[in-house]
Amino acid sequence: MTDSDLTTRLLGTAGEDAGCEETFARLAEYVEGELSGREMAKLLPAVAEHLRRCPACIEDYRGLVELVRARNT
Amino acid sequence: MNSLLLVRERTQDAPARRQGLDAESQAWIDGLQATGVERARALDRLHDLLLRAARAEAHRRRRLYPEIVGVELDDLCRQAADDAVVAVTSKLDEYRGASRFTTWAYAFAIFEVSVRLRRHAWGRGRIPTADDDATWDRLAERAGTAGAQVESAEFFSALRRAITEELTVRQRQVFVAVALNDVEIDVVADQLSSTRGAIYKVLHDARTKLRRRLEREGHLDQERAR
Repeated sequence: MTDSDLTTRLLGTAGEDAGCEETFARLAEYVEGELSGREMAKLLPAVAEHLRRCPACIEDYRGLVELVRARNT
Repeated sequence: MNSLLLVRERTQDAPARRQGLDAESQAWIDGLQATGVERARALDRLHDLLLRAARAEAHRRRRLYPEIVGVELDDLCRQAADDAVVAVTSKLDEYRGASRFTTWAYAFAIFEVSVRLRRHAWGRGRIPTADDDATWDRLAERAGTAGAQVESAEFFSALRRAITEELTVRQRQVFVAVALNDVEIDVVADQLSSTRGAIYKVLHDARTKLRRRLEREGHLDQERAR
């Protein structure tokens, strides 16, 4: 773990963060957008920032990506 | 399945049509906003869908929770599907058609099963609330292995002081558990009778206070501290 990693883990980072509830509310849209090739991190930057910071929400995101991919194949 | 019975009995407002919805999503909405047998069938289909989603997600996370298997795991998935059905139907008015309905509904199943797996894995243990010497020693060890600068005694000492002097009791409780001791946020939410979103907000506010204090004292650059 680097000094930067540790500082981030302890103190987070600056930047707009949508929070868990707003991220959850936009998660389906975010995932479908990404899977269809849209740059969702640019369209919904606060959601992208939250997903970088929140281990619980990023894991839910990964699960949703997998489910949608499986459904679409 | 009492929660589903409650959902079945709930009177629904008049359906609101969403613009540009795909046919399959519209069929889900129509079914869930119908009455009688049609609604009951839609609820059964929704439960089947969300139970499959919960099981798939539990399977995806199996390496994280290898001790939860068999009947116990299936029971957690069923509970998650039950509660996800309740959540979907109670929030149906919030579905605006920005994604397919099933994608939107899957998110509830994933959330419910992930919370249950984390809480179940944590068991009945209490979350750590003390930022004692052992906790700081552990952190210093982690940083030290990479030869990092941040683990300097000065930085940790300043951070520890800031935790005591800047944070409210609630902020300290959450920061110590999540940031210092790696307790899952859903576990903290459960033990503090709160929600993931509320606990994350407490953590976010605590971190902002700490960054600002450390920046004022010259331990962080301004960009990180904002």
